Amino acid sequence: MEALALLQDVFDILLGFGLLWLAWLALFSLDLFRSIVSFISFGLLMAIIWVRLDAPDVALAEAAIGAGLTGALFLAAFAKLQPASVNGKGSSINPQKQSSRKQLLRWLPALIMLWIASGLTIAILALPPHATGLTSEVTSNLTASGVSNPVTAVLLNFRGYDTLLEIVVLLLALLAVWSIGSSVPSIESEPGPVLDTLSRLLVPILIMVSAYLLWVGAHAPGGAFQAGAVLGAAGVLLVLSGWKLYPGLEGFPLRLVLTAGSITFVVIAILTMLVSGTFMQFPPAQASILILILEMVATLSIGVTLAALFIGSPPTDIKKL
Amino acid sequence: MLTEYVSAVLLVAGAIFYLAGTIGLLRFPDVYTRLHALTKADNLGLGLIVIGLSLQASSFAAAGKLFLIWLLVLLAGASVSHLVARAALHKGVHLWKR
Amino acid sequence: MQTLYFALALFLLLNLFAGMWRILKGPTAADRMLAAQLFGTTSVGVLLLLAQASANTVLHDVALVFSLLAALTSVAFVRRAWLSKE
Repeated sequence: MEALALLQDVFDILLGFGLLWLAWLALFSLDLFRSIVSFISFGLLMAIIWVRLDAPDVALAEAAIGAGLTGALFLAAFAKLQPASVNGKGSSINPQKQSSRKQLLRWLPALIMLWIASGLTIAILALPPHATGLTSEVTSNLTASGVSNPVTAVLLNFRGYDTLLEIVVLLLALLAVWSIGSSVPSIESEPGPVLDTLSRLLVPILIMVSAYLLWVGAHAPGGAFQAGAVLGAAGVLLVLSGWKLYPGLEGFPLRLVLTAGSITFVVIAILTMLVSGTFMQFPPAQASILILILEMVATLSIGVTLAALFIGSPPTDIKKL
Repeated sequence: MLTEYVSAVLLVAGAIFYLAGTIGLLRFPDVYTRLHALTKADNLGLGLIVIGLSLQASSFAAAGKLFLIWLLVLLAGASVSHLVARAALHKGVHLWKR
Repeated sequence: MQTLYFALALFLLLNLFAGMWRILKGPTAADRMLAAQLFGTTSVGVLLLLAQASANTVLHDVALVFSLLAALTSVAFVRRAWLSKE
């Protein structure tokens, strides 16, 4: 028994130091590509750490987003940086030539960040030193939530607005990427038979696992974000093997799917407010079905948003070029 | 009891193949040879671990999931090594010569 | 048996750390990417052993997601990042 405890301690300590080292490599490598690879490995190690911390829900999300999608996103961004650094040498703005007004505009966000940071510091210092947490309250209200997985209950029922805001943040990120994204006309080579077969085999399995994670989220670790990330991975794989969205779907239908998650969330929130009087207060009898609808639409929106982030520019733009 | 011993032997054998893969990754001279470490040694190591663990699985479904994981890793390893090797050749990474 | 699972998981973790040397050294971008791919395979092994040690089958789902997405970053690397580099 003693040997087991010792092994566990050594395992955990090594994990912790390994994570710190990879974080160091990711932040301070001079080679940008090395930073990216370090960050991908950081995500893998982080997922194992979440497992050791007994948080399989977070481990699932980290495995899907941290180890899979962010790596692909970073590599796509890295690819877009390469031509810019060659062509953009002459056109880069000289910092000395910037007007003082622009300098002032730079200080404004810095001040806002400082304000938020100090507010957070004060909030943390004001916390009671021995908090009991909300575990007992969650477990005692679990029967009214419509699901039996406490994490899903918190994310979609008790603190549903958190999840709503997260979906909106993802959408905002896509808007930002679309507005600054210069669509580099990429010279796509043929995917070749191996990649073609890989995507044909893997995409259906990805979609199936996404549905499985969504379904299992009601009573075990899983849920909309994990399922959405796996769905997004399917989209990224399709894009990488040369798949294109059908032209008729590029405009309004795509935007509708992208926003469907947030819209459904808000509509259900307002409806529940009309019925029960409180914003996002699900009636216990209908909570289960409402959560299921929300999760399904949210999964679709999250998946499509992540895949769209990977493409990096609105699909109609590419056509204009 | 016997299954436990067999399972333990398989698990240790799997770990040894992982070690071989790591040594390969560190010691082989170029990209093409290092691909072997990834696609052969490590995938075999995982396979042995999967077999060892599925001997103790509680149900056929649980064992099936373990094998599915192995198949997916095999698929990923094989495709990725092909893609990387082809891209490396395309970019003119030199083959190692003695 | 539990001690064996943890000992082997620790052993695989040490393998993983040895692989970090390849991320540091390179020399080509493909070598670094390969090291990350190896990290993925090793982590799947670690997760399966941890799942058995703690008798927690949920970890199989985490390993499943790992194995599903293992190819994604490398494919993105080959198709996007590497061809445009240098």
